[in-house]
Amino acid sequence: MQVPAPFGYERATSVDHAIQLLEQLGPEARLVAGGHSFIPMMKLRLAQPEHVIDINPLAAELGTISIDGSDLVIGAMARHNDLLGSAVVGEHFPVLHDAERVIADPVVRNRGTIGGSLCQADPAEDLSAALSALHATAVIRGSGGTRTVAVRELHTGPYETVVGDAEMLTHIRVPIRNGCGSAYEKVERRVGDWAIAAAAAAVWMDGGIISDAGIGLCAVGAEHFVSTDAEAVLRGQAPSDDVIAAAAAAAAAGCNPTTDQRGPAEYKRHLAGELTARALRRAIARAQGAAA
Amino acid sequence: MTDTAVPTSAAGNPIGFGRMLRKEDVRFVRGHGNYVDDVQLPGMLHGAILRSPYAHARIVSIDTSEAEAHPKVHAVITGATLETLGLAWMPTLSYDTQAVLATDKVRFHGQEVAFVVAEDRYSARDALNLIDVEYEPLPVVVDAKKALDADAAVIRDDKDGKTDNHIYDWEAGDAVKADEAFAAALADGGVVVEQEMLYPRSHPAPMETCGTVAHMDPITGKLVLWSNTQAPHAHRTVYAMVAGLPEHKIQVIAPDIGGGFGNKVPIYPGYVCSIVGSIVTKRPVKWMEDRSENLMSTGFARDYHMKGRIAATKDGKILGLQVDVLADHGAFHATAQPTNYPAGFFHIFTGSYDYGAAHCKVTAVYTNKAPGGVAYACSFRITEAVYLVERIVDCLADELGMDPAELRMKNLIQPEQFPYTTPTGWEYDSGDYPRALQLALDMAGYEELRREQAEKRAKGELMGIGISFFTEGVGAGPRKHMDILGLGMADGCELRIHPTGKAQIRLSVQTQGQGHETTFAQIVSHQLGIPPEDVEVIHGDTDNTPFGLGTYGSRSTPVSGAAAAVVAERVREKAKIIAATALECSVDDLEWELGRWQVKGDPDNGKTIQELALLAHSSLELPEGVEGHLDASAVYNPPNLTYPFGAYICVVDIDPGTGMVKVRRFIAVDDCGPRINPMIVEGQVHGGLVDGIGMALMEVIAFDENGTCLGGSYMDYLLPTPMEVPMFELGETVTPSPHHPLGCKGVGESATVGSPAAVVNAVMDALKPYGVRHADMPLTPAQVWMTMQGRPLRTDLAFTD
Repeated sequence: MQVPAPFGYERATSVDHAIQLLEQLGPEARLVAGGHSFIPMMKLRLAQPEHVIDINPLAAELGTISIDGSDLVIGAMARHNDLLGSAVVGEHFPVLHDAERVIADPVVRNRGTIGGSLCQADPAEDLSAALSALHATAVIRGSGGTRTVAVRELHTGPYETVVGDAEMLTHIRVPIRNGCGSAYEKVERRVGDWAIAAAAAAVWMDGGIISDAGIGLCAVGAEHFVSTDAEAVLRGQAPSDDVIAAAAAAAAAGCNPTTDQRGPAEYKRHLAGELTARALRRAIARAQGAAA
Repeated sequence: MTDTAVPTSAAGNPIGFGRMLRKEDVRFVRGHGNYVDDVQLPGMLHGAILRSPYAHARIVSIDTSEAEAHPKVHAVITGATLETLGLAWMPTLSYDTQAVLATDKVRFHGQEVAFVVAEDRYSARDALNLIDVEYEPLPVVVDAKKALDADAAVIRDDKDGKTDNHIYDWEAGDAVKADEAFAAALADGGVVVEQEMLYPRSHPAPMETCGTVAHMDPITGKLVLWSNTQAPHAHRTVYAMVAGLPEHKIQVIAPDIGGGFGNKVPIYPGYVCSIVGSIVTKRPVKWMEDRSENLMSTGFARDYHMKGRIAATKDGKILGLQVDVLADHGAFHATAQPTNYPAGFFHIFTGSYDYGAAHCKVTAVYTNKAPGGVAYACSFRITEAVYLVERIVDCLADELGMDPAELRMKNLIQPEQFPYTTPTGWEYDSGDYPRALQLALDMAGYEELRREQAEKRAKGELMGIGISFFTEGVGAGPRKHMDILGLGMADGCELRIHPTGKAQIRLSVQTQGQGHETTFAQIVSHQLGIPPEDVEVIHGDTDNTPFGLGTYGSRSTPVSGAAAAVVAERVREKAKIIAATALECSVDDLEWELGRWQVKGDPDNGKTIQELALLAHSSLELPEGVEGHLDASAVYNPPNLTYPFGAYICVVDIDPGTGMVKVRRFIAVDDCGPRINPMIVEGQVHGGLVDGIGMALMEVIAFDENGTCLGGSYMDYLLPTPMEVPMFELGETVTPSPHHPLGCKGVGESATVGSPAAVVNAVMDALKPYGVRHADMPLTPAQVWMTMQGRPLRTDLAFTD
């Protein structure tokens, strides 16, 4: 059994309490939600926080998924399985269901949280790509109040976010717009593994034209988990094989994968294009009302 | 596979062979197993090992003062401490030495450097960070192919006069005859196909890691060692020989074990450190590896770089096979195999085919990697041998443009040729190979699959069909040929029949999940008619069981199973004398009906084994010279290995855009002779097939240029899940072994041995349109895609741009 280094443990009873504890305990304190990335890192002693603040008591307060005005609002403590089981999520954004089906395994999904996944900021985090493609925003709270940041601005690098030491991510807001279709495609070495590469596609169709698009890329070193070049290729175009191919090529060209044991960079770059094309085809079909 | 003829007990179990639920599962499914880590003793301390971050470095200094000052630390043991006891180095099972704790230098990433004993596991781990080791990094030898280069760093400079990394050269077969066969083949317009292939380093990865609780009683001088070893008796003797402890004062207890696969055969430095820790602190010391320690430092498997050459006539009759092997043994030569066989049983590489000429040469080298080498259900390297021959036969089929099933059928050893002596000296005991292959082809619907493949290929879809036919030799000894550290490979067995007719059987072998508590009860039941629920299997405790070499190499049923059959037969013969006395007849007038001796021609006049057990303990006056009771013991020395075989067919679909392989179907026909418990055999086959698919598609321990292990966690060392394997389609033929008392052959490793080649053959079959004949395992999506680009990767090294 791997055992973590000594750490203090606090249990937050509200969001305000959690923020207060973060301020009190300083930058070496960490929030723990589902703990399915953080606790293994602690056991391997890759993470050695001085204090752990358990926010699982906030599951009721921050665990809901609902529609608020024209936004889908996902609480940061919603579990992966909540997202996967939500009919309203599936109705508006099937990309999230596609992604959740290939995130880890049921045991992890039962416990791991949406907020935890985004704040862990693993370069291979599927939801970072999927929510970036959907132009979602992150709601971040500190003692000074609440601010919102585009999910595609949330990550500043591997395992780094703009969330401050004494702040916490509380919600994700996904704008609901007409004509949306979305899909997710992932290649992994084995079920439950991190992606070798993955792509999220979202299109908003208006009168047969792609009025807006989001292309998220995961594990291939895409800046902010997106391909703005591919999005630019798509915007204002009628969907066609050529447009899809051009967007895929832009996605592949713009990413910056690294070679590791999951595969050489050239393979990952190929996947970025291939999976972008596949996700786009399904997203467009879904926007057009076809089952895909 | 019908069990209709089997009589059943009151509990509904078969009397003798047949399907029944595993007796041991009653405790396992309720969470009442008792593993090493469940052992709690009063005053027990906990050990942790400091490991090397370098693959090769000189140790300049070790400062343990801060760790020793930790309030919960009881002892810090280093190589220097062990040197004073003469225990800094220990012998390996291959007559090499291995550092228990490094003294001069570290030789692989993860090597044991210091051992901390503390009041709890957390404090022991914390104190590791307080040990200050100064290292002077040295050049590393990572690539086995460069280990013998003149400028390669010498890893084993601890050995007097050692100036290179060479361990041994070993040959089998007849080189001259093989050369002649190749020359003749070419002269006659035949073909010679050459193929290099790597069976990469993999890891047995048992769910339960290795560990021990050592308790040296300072008053009695008795050492009790709870240890999840596959060979408790052999370990006891080795501890006695190495540490100079009196053997009668050593008790090794192997409690429930959560998987072994060969990983739990060796004695690891942690075990020795725990014993020393207990001696030093006068308290029991528990040491359990964590997952990374298990993957990084304990017995790996395979790591054979092979080059095969096969010769055949132009119409596909195989004439000869030559193999050169470069064996990567890591920093210490610590493979576990019979003494006379440094490359294990690799020279069974001629496979299941009939031809006269074969030769192999194995060169083994040191590298800066963890030691080990024979593990993971490999039947002493038959896995590598089967992979080599089954892969190269497919390469030959490709060269000849011949169907791989047809090529195999044409060359299989025929039933009437058994016993069959191979060109490298094995005597296969029995087999009907064409029947097994034909059954597999029929089950698969082979012709239809080939039609489907042709249609798909025309549409650009990638589908592959792979065949593998394997023969294993399992059940070592005979003891005159096979020993480990001088201990002949024979197994003892004791059977006690209590007065009420209930039985206890004491085995030398220890189960790690194979179901011994059920199958050995069934063997006794088969021989004596006692219901299996009335037979208690006792194993794993050296104070309470007879000596034997342990459970690995699929040897439990071939050796200890035979011992159980023999000992039960002795009981039956003794019972016959008692029956004759009680029935007042001659023993010659008696006949055995399952569970009962009865008078020939007068079946109502007889005594059951239970009645005879009571009579054996009663005041019945026995004939002159006949002692009371029915207990018996035996030592079984197998006359030969048993040779299970099988035909496997794998069907895969490959996504050409991503390189992802989907195993669609897997058909496995196994022949292991009669099946004691078909359910358990099927479970063994299922497990082995999953292993094989894992090996073929995802498992590998690779190293980067610094010698850093890249497979040190389950995020990096991938094991297959139910999502990666299909529903298996199993078939069976039954060809009994002529020399095993029950006709049984071993089966524990068959599927692991036979299946990887079927998967790889299927993938390479699917990739035929790309013109690449071979790519090394694991065939990850990246490896498949790179193969489609014509540039398959080396999988033993870190991928680089």
